[in-house]
Amino acid sequence: MTVSQIDEEVAKLLQLKAQLGGEDGKHVFVLKTAKGTRDYNPKQMAIREKVFNTIIGCFKRHGAETIDTPVFELKETLTGKYGEDSKLIYDLKDQGGELLSLRYDLTVPFARYLAMNKITNIKRYHIAKVYRRDNPAMTRGRYREFYQCDFDIAGQYDPMIPDAECLKIVYEILSELDLGDFRIKVNDRRILDGMFAMCGVPDEKFRTICSTVDKLDKASWEDVKNEMVKEKGLSEGVADQIGEYVSMQGGMDLAERLLQDPKLSQSKQACAGLADMKQLFSYLQLFQVTDKLLAEKVRTTETQVLVASAQKNLLEERLKLTTELWNAGIKAEVLYKKNPKLLTQLQHCEETGIPLVAILGEQELKDGVVKLRKVASREEVDVPREELVEELKRRTSKLP
Amino acid sequence: MADKAQIQEAIKAQGEVVRRLKAEKASKDQIDEEVAKLLQLKAQLGGEDGKHVFVLKTAKGTRDYNPKQMAIREKVFNTIIGCFKRHGAETIDTPVFELKETLTGKYGEDSKLIYDLKDQGGELLSLRYDLTVPFARYLAMNKITNIKRYHIAKVYRRDNPAMTRGRYREFYQCDFDIAGQYDPMIPDAECLKIVYEILSELDLGDFRIKVNDRRILDGMFAMCGVPDEKFRTICSTVDKLDKASWEDVKNEMVKEKGLSEGVADQIGEYVSMQGGMDLAERLLQDPKLSQSKQACAGLADMKQLFSYLQLFQVTDKVLFDLSLARGLDYYTGVIYEAVLSQMIQAPVVAEQNGALPGDEASVSVGSVAGGGRYDGLVGMFDPKGKKVPCVGVSIGIERIFSIMEQKAELLAEKVRTTETQVLVASAQKNLLEERLKLTTELWNAGIKAEVLYKKNPKLLTQLQHCEETGIPLVAILGEQELKDGVVKLRKVASREEVDVPREELVEELKRRTSKLP
Repeated sequence: MTVSQIDEEVAKLLQLKAQLGGEDGKHVFVLKTAKGTRDYNPKQMAIREKVFNTIIGCFKRHGAETIDTPVFELKETLTGKYGEDSKLIYDLKDQGGELLSLRYDLTVPFARYLAMNKITNIKRYHIAKVYRRDNPAMTRGRYREFYQCDFDIAGQYDPMIPDAECLKIVYEILSELDLGDFRIKVNDRRILDGMFAMCGVPDEKFRTICSTVDKLDKASWEDVKNEMVKEKGLSEGVADQIGEYVSMQGGMDLAERLLQDPKLSQSKQACAGLADMKQLFSYLQLFQVTDKLLAEKVRTTETQVLVASAQKNLLEERLKLTTELWNAGIKAEVLYKKNPKLLTQLQHCEETGIPLVAILGEQELKDGVVKLRKVASREEVDVPREELVEELKRRTSKLP
Repeated sequence: MADKAQIQEAIKAQGEVVRRLKAEKASKDQIDEEVAKLLQLKAQLGGEDGKHVFVLKTAKGTRDYNPKQMAIREKVFNTIIGCFKRHGAETIDTPVFELKETLTGKYGEDSKLIYDLKDQGGELLSLRYDLTVPFARYLAMNKITNIKRYHIAKVYRRDNPAMTRGRYREFYQCDFDIAGQYDPMIPDAECLKIVYEILSELDLGDFRIKVNDRRILDGMFAMCGVPDEKFRTICSTVDKLDKASWEDVKNEMVKEKGLSEGVADQIGEYVSMQGGMDLAERLLQDPKLSQSKQACAGLADMKQLFSYLQLFQVTDKVLFDLSLARGLDYYTGVIYEAVLSQMIQAPVVAEQNGALPGDEASVSVGSVAGGGRYDGLVGMFDPKGKKVPCVGVSIGIERIFSIMEQKAELLAEKVRTTETQVLVASAQKNLLEERLKLTTELWNAGIKAEVLYKKNPKLLTQLQHCEETGIPLVAILGEQELKDGVVKLRKVASREEVDVPREELVEELKRRTSKLP
């Protein structure tokens, strides 16, 4: 048995034991999330928020709207859309009502939404979680609940402009997320099919040869050719012809060259695909982009200032000052202690990344000032109470 | 695949069910449900060409959010999250389903409303019913003793449609909780301050936050002569006072729950009391209540709470109300509920709404936030029973969405679904290349811009797109403008136009769009 299989059976055993309860009849149980799912802690959420903001900012910059759909659909709606993957769909228990399943992707719900609302044109993004009962023995480490982030343009338009905008958006997002260098590969179903036809692949084998060719990003040409000939029944000659084409990469120049290719130019399909590829590249040239850099410490809160006191019996004053700051829209915190030590308060700032601390003391109160300290540098300055809000706004507007 | 003949049999039988229900004039929901089953069966047969035909609907009790609703939702979330962040809260997320085990035994009678997943050979799972139990599980699992967190996510309840019509089965909850041992009542007060800020900023009109305390209620019941084992059930009866009259509530206490009239009357005297810190002080002197240690502890904390609420400047809308007795079993201390006032004035301006100027419009009523202190829940999850005291509030986001949607409609407010600032257009033909170039420059500078996917669109079509979607500016290119190195920048609403040098366009657009609301 594999480790995950053993884990699964152990979990069932623990659940059964838990039903007995502890000695005092107290309900004891297994503290875990469901297999293939996980919580996001505050650090992960902070990173996630940044990534979503970048991505959504890009979508909005391109004029996209957003929609949301329910987490489950009628089982009916999802049936027959995913081929072999259908066995990975999570079903809900039949509890006497409609038969339901958790959504497997965002595309089928999108199609249902368009049809249901008779929509013919929309540019929409949708970021939400989807659910797949991946078999852990085969795809270890893959989550069963995970985010998808889809952008789609539906509607009849002049050819290739929306297609080009999609690529522009991917380019912008990957650049802004600062993930390092990247490449976007493009091809066209019609070019592939035309190529297969001209190389002598029988019609009924197109899709299966397609999946074999798809493996070229992970396997060598020898292995791929081997699969085509030994498993899929192509002749060596046909496989070699395919091999010549699939090794080609380029830009608009490649599309132009292939339009002159003696074999390919005989396929109407391939020519249509190649003409559109040229058009696509002309738009991509007009859509040129530049890189941007981002670098930030990961904080889980956005608090700008902690209101603290060095002496005892100043809770009331701390609360009053904090209230003034909240009312002015400043992100502020105060410790839930009547008489905290100053050191404790400063440590809280360091741990959570709060950059400023506003310190109250008997003398400061008499003088009508607040000691404003930069946590990192310990530079301190006395700020008149009535100027504090303005000073804080000034300082926090300069922060990244 | 089921046998075709079997499906046809099932269709016949189901058809009979539908006919019978219709003849019996059964409820619309029941009929709809059986019709849906019939349609699904028919769909399995497929169309004549074997094409898969199906029912286009969302599951019962769920709905899509269209772009307008999403735009309103985003505004509401931004306001609420802004407030949470201003108070230094972090956020977490948990999976949509939990082990069935985790949810079992936490919701009392409501447990029958939990959605289970089918047993497909793995763990038994259920969709989360709220965000509080997952929170307690998260704290116990990660041995966290202190956290201030918010969590906004959808939860799932198989509400019986016949009983609670109009209630969704999938809906958002927006929870804020402070877990940890602290000096008493400060975090409790901060929760109330947060509710106050949110409801004020959302501009929903006047509201009140009622507060009470489980210990005061229990102490009161004890001193009035309610038997211990009836506390919780009498509590739910008292809870109905926000919707029913005292007569009805007293009736239920006496006729259904078996209290003597005398006991019921004593309860009646207390639950009619409302006030501020003064009421807490008065009750500490009350001859009956002061004999209950529990009630005294609750009243002392209530005084402390109000002193902090004064410092937080929120006492104008907070009321100590002895009739507040929130539903859930796990509250152990302070409890509170925020309610919007009955009428919201909505000056109706659009003639097509058929209303006269000055008409008032009543928009939803009811509770929009609720919560309290629950010190025992996390301990239920910890194997050693280690307690982590918690206090929190749940904002009734769905109710708020629906109020804002109604408001937008009443005021004939235009809700934009995109944030595009400028459309790049051309008056003449063969300028697609120039349009795409300019749009790219704007995107690269971070400006929100659109361009039509047409090689040679008419200017009118482009202007209409702006009007339909609310884009405020249009940047028009033409042969002459290109020669002169300028762009015609037009305000869509006023049609004011000005020629802007190409190299100054980005700056001009940033200037203009930074002034927009």
